Amino acid sequence: MSKLVIRELHKAFSKNQVLKGIDLDFSSNGIWTILGPNASGKTTLIKAILGMVIPDSGNISINGETITNNWKYKDKISYLPQIAHFPDNLTVNELLKMIQELRNRTGSLESLIKEFDLKPFLNTKIDTLSGGTKQKLNLSIALMYKNPIYLLDEPTVGLDPIAVINLKKILRKLKREGKLIIITTHIIPLVEELTDKIIFLLEGKIKFCGLKAQLQQNYSSKSLEESIAALLQD
Amino acid sequence: MDKIFRYSFYDLIRGRWSISYFLFYLIITIVLFSFSNDVSMVVISLLNIIIVLVPLVAIVFGIIYFYNSKEFTELLLAQPIKRSRIFVGQFLGIATSLSLAMLLGIGLPFIFYGIFISSEISNFIVILLTGTCLNFIFVALAFIIALKNNNKIKGFGFATLLWLFLAVIYDGIFLLLLILFNAYPLERLALGLTLLNPIDLSRILIILKLDVSALMGYTGAVFNSFFGNIGGIFLAALSLIIWITIPLFFIINISNKRDF
Amino acid sequence: MSIKDAVSTAREGDQIIIDGGLYFESNITIDKKLHIIGKNNPIIDGSNSRTDEVFVIQADSVIIENLQIQNVGPSFVKDLAAIRVQRKQNFIIKNNTIVGTMFAIYLEYAENGEVSRNTITGTESNVLSAGNGIHAWNCQAIDIVGNTVINQRDGIYFEFVNDSRITNNVCKDNLRYGLHFMFSNDDEYSNNIFTNNNAGVAVMFSKNIIMHDNKFFNNWGGSSYGLLLKEIYDAEIYDNYFNKNSIGIRVEGSSRINYSNNDFINNGWGIKIAGGCYDNNITSNNFISNAFDLSIESTINSNTFDGNYWSRNNGYDLNGDGIADEPYRPVELYNYIVTKTPEATILLRSIFLDIINLSEKVTPIFTPHNVIDNTPLMNRLYF
Repeated sequence: MSKLVIRELHKAFSKNQVLKGIDLDFSSNGIWTILGPNASGKTTLIKAILGMVIPDSGNISINGETITNNWKYKDKISYLPQIAHFPDNLTVNELLKMIQELRNRTGSLESLIKEFDLKPFLNTKIDTLSGGTKQKLNLSIALMYKNPIYLLDEPTVGLDPIAVINLKKILRKLKREGKLIIITTHIIPLVEELTDKIIFLLEGKIKFCGLKAQLQQNYSSKSLEESIAALLQD
Repeated sequence: MDKIFRYSFYDLIRGRWSISYFLFYLIITIVLFSFSNDVSMVVISLLNIIIVLVPLVAIVFGIIYFYNSKEFTELLLAQPIKRSRIFVGQFLGIATSLSLAMLLGIGLPFIFYGIFISSEISNFIVILLTGTCLNFIFVALAFIIALKNNNKIKGFGFATLLWLFLAVIYDGIFLLLLILFNAYPLERLALGLTLLNPIDLSRILIILKLDVSALMGYTGAVFNSFFGNIGGIFLAALSLIIWITIPLFFIINISNKRDF
Repeated sequence: MSIKDAVSTAREGDQIIIDGGLYFESNITIDKKLHIIGKNNPIIDGSNSRTDEVFVIQADSVIIENLQIQNVGPSFVKDLAAIRVQRKQNFIIKNNTIVGTMFAIYLEYAENGEVSRNTITGTESNVLSAGNGIHAWNCQAIDIVGNTVINQRDGIYFEFVNDSRITNNVCKDNLRYGLHFMFSNDDEYSNNIFTNNNAGVAVMFSKNIIMHDNKFFNNWGGSSYGLLLKEIYDAEIYDNYFNKNSIGIRVEGSSRINYSNNDFINNGWGIKIAGGCYDNNITSNNFISNAFDLSIESTINSNTFDGNYWSRNNGYDLNGDGIADEPYRPVELYNYIVTKTPEATILLRSIFLDIINLSEKVTPIFTPHNVIDNTPLMNRLYF
């Protein structure tokens, strides 16, 4: 099991304080969902974990090792960016090859290609792909490795229903395998269906962090949606 | 670096931009040859195109590429590789593909018109090498501007302003200084000002080969010793190399500290 | 038998044949009419004596031919020559090869002679100790034809030489001028080639010189030029070819000169005119791809520039008569600036200068108003 710990994380972009002292212990594996309105700091938090945003203060560590000025730890993380945008003139195959060369690891792509129905597009130039196919390619890149940590930014955006079902299947499987999966999403049913724990961010602070059931219990509301609304008004 | 370079080069060289850039040079050079069969005249006409257009296209294309591939760059940043390798690799990919388009576009007509049996071959090579250096310099400058500005419009504006300054305004100020301080010995100042602007530097490097006679017509001792021997060409070429390495150093430095 | 013995035993009008071999001899004075001719490539070596010359001609109608003469001088005290002609007429010096001598052929007070098809090669690299290839002083009616002079001080030098002709010679790699005129009048030089000299030809303080069908090229360097005219009057310059010289023709204080049918191609300046030049006519020439076609340092101008072809002229010709519909000003603004601030040469071919040249062309303010070609040609002239 890998332990991801965030301590006192602060980050400002010029005068705009985006993260105001985030403390998080991803103490158990399973699916964690980061919720929060726009500009609450979700993306910044994920980018900080990936080392793309450099914190002003605070610390992020994985298995006790700090990630500052380090890049090798990313080998343990799979990342799905929200927007799928790839070099236009590469073919799907070339892009997949590029990522594997960069990571110096062969990914297990066969089942993903089958599940997301990418086979017909392998030799197609990326700029001719539809948005949905691009998102499937995006998912394949993120999921082709067995890693201890997965960071998925809005994973269902742009997917057709069959692909969503397949994605859920994969996520459940990863959960069973004991991976830490961190998701951001706006789609509440997806949270209800998959999530173990919820982190609610508001204006750069953690408003709630705990089990899904506990959130509902806290506000004694019938649905997750209602509890979130209550959280926001609080 | 080599992997990022290889794939961004694959990507770019098959793109519409590179192909139209290649065709542009191909057509221009063929048209120039159809006006005049004299290789040296064509080389002189190309001089103006190279010192004006190459920097403009390189800086604009560098900026556009950087902003357009922002999302993919973020994906790369999440991979277990050093940041500097990503940006240096992309920089090399753009500069190399632009240079290749230019080299082939100009080179093919010249080969067809018999450059290898012409006495102008050394001038031709100097033009192409200088053009290549300008590509690398201005793509690097574009990257610095883009890394420093998240706002596309601002970055684009800075880039075109920088080009305008180096290609045109700088020489205006240069000339004004020469005229205003006419009473003082200005040769060292003039040489120094030339080395500080990569476009002027390239211009001098090419006219050192093409118009030596005119430059030698002016008898100032400093100019003469500079232009009169191989040392001048060597110093100018060295300065161009420095003009590539310093921005490259900045790219590495800024990209290491920046948020994405 | 030495050459000297042969000369002293010969009688007036005799022919002396020098057979192949190496002769170390000098100070051979020829005091009677003789025809000295080499056979099987004889070589006469002056042993680099600092005092002695090889042949000194002191009689009329002497002919020297087919010899190789070498190693004369140098001296800092005396001008030493391989062949010297003193105060005599009707000499012919031809087909000789002269190598490594201070002066090769030195004519003083000589008249009606011919120097032809000699090959002269100097070995000096210092302009102070080098002498001239063919040196003529106070001479009349001399013909210098078909010689090649390499690496001397001046290839051919004329001082107080009148009514003479210099034709079909090649002067190259000379340390000073290919050809140099001082105080010489009514001479003509044509069909010569001047290349890679420190400067091509200098014509100074002379009158009525005709210069045609010569080629001046690659005369470049600090203060170099194809042709320098200094204080000369009433000259004709036509059908010459100037290519890749720092300055094609540099003109100082020279008046009443006609320049026509010349090609000025790829020079730094085509013609550069300093002050004090009046009534010069520059007509029917080609100015092609020079960094500057024409530069005039004086503000007063009584020279004409009509009917030339200027490759920098972007004029148009709507009526199709081959003459641009607008007059052309060959002195551009940048050209004018460089004359005043020579350091500005370093901005040559900058786009900024193209812009200011264009704006000056639209509204002329600085460039001289009367330097104008009223009938600029649309196409290059072929002569």
